[in-house]
Amino acid sequence: MSETLTIEKSKRSPWGGGISPFNVSWGKMYMWFFLVSDAFTFSSLLIAYGTLRHRFTEIWPLASEVFTHFPFVHGHVQLAYVALMTFILIMSSVTMVLAVDAGHRRDNKSVAVWMALTIVGGFMFLGSQAWEWYHFIEGSEQGSYVLADGRFARTDDYEPGTIFFRGGEKVEGAEAKALIASATKHTIGANLVENEYGPTPLFANFFFFITGFHGFHVFSGVMINLIIFFNVIDGIYKKRGHYEQVEKAGLYWHFVDLVWVFVFTFFYLV
Amino acid sequence: MSGEQHGGYTTGDIHNQFVEEHYDPQNVKTIWRTFWILLALTILEVGIALTSLSKVMLMYTFIILTVVKAYFIIAYFMHLKHEKKALQYVIILPFLLIGYLIFISITEGVYIHGMDHGFFNTK
Repeated sequence: MSETLTIEKSKRSPWGGGISPFNVSWGKMYMWFFLVSDAFTFSSLLIAYGTLRHRFTEIWPLASEVFTHFPFVHGHVQLAYVALMTFILIMSSVTMVLAVDAGHRRDNKSVAVWMALTIVGGFMFLGSQAWEWYHFIEGSEQGSYVLADGRFARTDDYEPGTIFFRGGEKVEGAEAKALIASATKHTIGANLVENEYGPTPLFANFFFFITGFHGFHVFSGVMINLIIFFNVIDGIYKKRGHYEQVEKAGLYWHFVDLVWVFVFTFFYLV
Repeated sequence: MSGEQHGGYTTGDIHNQFVEEHYDPQNVKTIWRTFWILLALTILEVGIALTSLSKVMLMYTFIILTVVKAYFIIAYFMHLKHEKKALQYVIILPFLLIGYLIFISITEGVYIHGMDHGFFNTK
């Protein structure tokens, strides 16, 4: 009798088997491990961005001068639009965590409502990103020039006829006209080969790749949330007795928000 | 047997994967507090981006604020603060490698830039 008791006890040490040492289900643990690996991917992308930015530091476009559009606003509004996108994503993270919380209370209806709001937030973010990509690709009306002496000159739609150089120097009037006339290259908008924001294609490439990769994560997240939402509506988790699926989808969704916090800082702010 | 508690760990058959927690009504309060903190930090970031602080000052401020934001998302939204210590370490420690990668890659970027702009160019 006493021997059996000893074995039972040793089995109940954290790593003795038969119990969960991390006190989480395997599903949640694997979600965490996947997120760690995904975080490594995003880290690599952002570190590659940082490396090449330092390598081309004097010609790298300043994000605050590139992303200046805001819907229905005439003129430049620095950073406001990405800040709004950040707000949308943080907000949808809050509704997600409230859905998880409602799941802990076994409140099926509340879970459904908060999940629906999370999905709406996800679509709003995706729409915002589409809008931003559109303006990034379309570019300004005048675009930018590579002048005969090799210098890179940008223009401003709100100050036509003036050309701007890196560092604040600008040229106006007839002089600007002459420089534009002798320009060797004229670029409007952005693609993978060239862009009007700077003399290196790398800036646009990183923009497309990093925000695109993140946007695809958001899209996947919205799809996952939709599936979870329909399952909640069907009462699947109610019947199961717990809402752990909501929690796992929640982990992924918060991660997408987390990545955006870093993209916001390293792509738009710094 | 299934779902029985032993010193904080859950025993039970392997099909019962879900680990039961006790619901704390304070949770909703914590969620909204975290939201307001994140919102305030984001507004602060945009605010100081438009001031005339030096570039280096701005960069370090942003990085610190970003890490603070990440902490709140991971700790409270993703609930990592309330997981077992062992799991926290398993998730957080690998990012020391990312710190190392940042160091070597940025150093390399700065160095290549220097090679193009006169580290060795004596002309």
